[in-house]
Amino acid sequence: MSQGGLTVIVDYGVGNLRSVAKSVSQYIDSWIITEEAGIILSADRLILPGVGAFGAGMNGLKIRGLIEPIKQFARTGKPMLGICLGAQLLFERGEEFGPRPGLGIIKGKVVKLQPTEKNVKVPQIGWNKIAAPAPGKWPEIIFQSPEREPMMYFVHSYIFEPTESQVILATSVYGGQKFCSAVRQGNIYGCQFHPEKSGEAGVTIIRHFVNLQNG
Amino acid sequence: MNRIIPQLHIKGPMVVKPIHTEALRIVGEPIELAKRYYRDGADEIIFLDIVASLYGRNPDLTLIEVVSNAIFVPLTVGGGIRTIHDIAQVLRAGADKIAINTHAIKNPPFLKEAVEQFGAQCIVLFIEAKNQGPGKWEAYTDGGRERTGCDVIDWVKRALDFGVGEILVTSIDRDGTRRGYDLELVRAITAISPVPVIAHGGAGTKETFKDVLIDARADAVAASSVFHYRDYSIAELKNYLRNEKIDVRL
Repeated sequence: MSQGGLTVIVDYGVGNLRSVAKSVSQYIDSWIITEEAGIILSADRLILPGVGAFGAGMNGLKIRGLIEPIKQFARTGKPMLGICLGAQLLFERGEEFGPRPGLGIIKGKVVKLQPTEKNVKVPQIGWNKIAAPAPGKWPEIIFQSPEREPMMYFVHSYIFEPTESQVILATSVYGGQKFCSAVRQGNIYGCQFHPEKSGEAGVTIIRHFVNLQNG
Repeated sequence: MNRIIPQLHIKGPMVVKPIHTEALRIVGEPIELAKRYYRDGADEIIFLDIVASLYGRNPDLTLIEVVSNAIFVPLTVGGGIRTIHDIAQVLRAGADKIAINTHAIKNPPFLKEAVEQFGAQCIVLFIEAKNQGPGKWEAYTDGGRERTGCDVIDWVKRALDFGVGEILVTSIDRDGTRRGYDLELVRAITAISPVPVIAHGGAGTKETFKDVLIDARADAVAASSVFHYRDYSIAELKNYLRNEKIDVRL
């Protein structure tokens, strides 16, 4: 069970929050979906979900006045998890439908997925392995897993490219292209895949996250 | 990586199994089947309400909610989707993707509207195809009951222009027969589709899965009878495919 505190799921008008909420609710009772800045700032843990285009995502945050509150939350050192588009928005800029500024919490940009092999479809829809960039990088964090290269569910056309390689928490390969599939900067995590739809291996990440404490 | 997807046809509170899409047999309760398939390694699950659109009914939101609470893989829901509001409600109930057939044929720009609102990854074009001679198929609607006069390949091209993110194609001729997928039909669609194609209708032996994945280049396979009647489990099927050098999640 959770060690307490409120887990807040940010509703900014993009995508399916219910599947994130139902995975969280398996493990803790104290969670809420909100679009209110005040509740976000009072959170002990923050989840930024979302599917869709980068610009639409930033716009959804902007019209609700959530850009500054989320940045402010990120500075507190409390645990934060971005999923799919929510993870992409953590970066400085996105290039989907032209360059757009992101939240700028993690250095880097979001670019188009470009498989090098022929006849490989974009978006990537389906399961793919994630691997630690170096042995021993996963124990004691939310990615601790009985499997060395667990399978996760992806739905995306864009990927993040962190400027600093030490934030890379997982890599995957799609159509010959190796890309960063998860990042970690302190207590801030981002997953390009959907842990909440990735079977037991995926919801284990959610379970570890909702048990993280401040700092 | 190829996906293995159990497809559940819902009628009222039960899962049924159509044969040639029309004759029905009750095979079990949706929640129990969905849970079993999830535990067994299903990569996704598809729910189709096969009479919702015929009777102008809306999808059963309570059922979707109960099922989605029990499984942690993507859930695609189809049947009776007619408005943007319908899609929003079904997503809120826990679906991840929406399959649209009848209403897309009646009002094709609806696909575009849906894609713009919810993203391509969310909108699946669902086609019920009936063979009309060599290399020709006609699209049907309402659970294989209504002819449309639309050529399947022309319809696929048009729907791709509207931006759908995936295509689910059922062969009415093969549905429930266990005679193997209509490879020619699936091949004709995968040849022109830049988005993933899910083949359905005709799964029989484990070899029939291999054939549609390799020969017809399907990205994913959906099946009902072979899983409902326990010909073999999803895990057994995946082990077989893995031995045949087909990339699946184990």
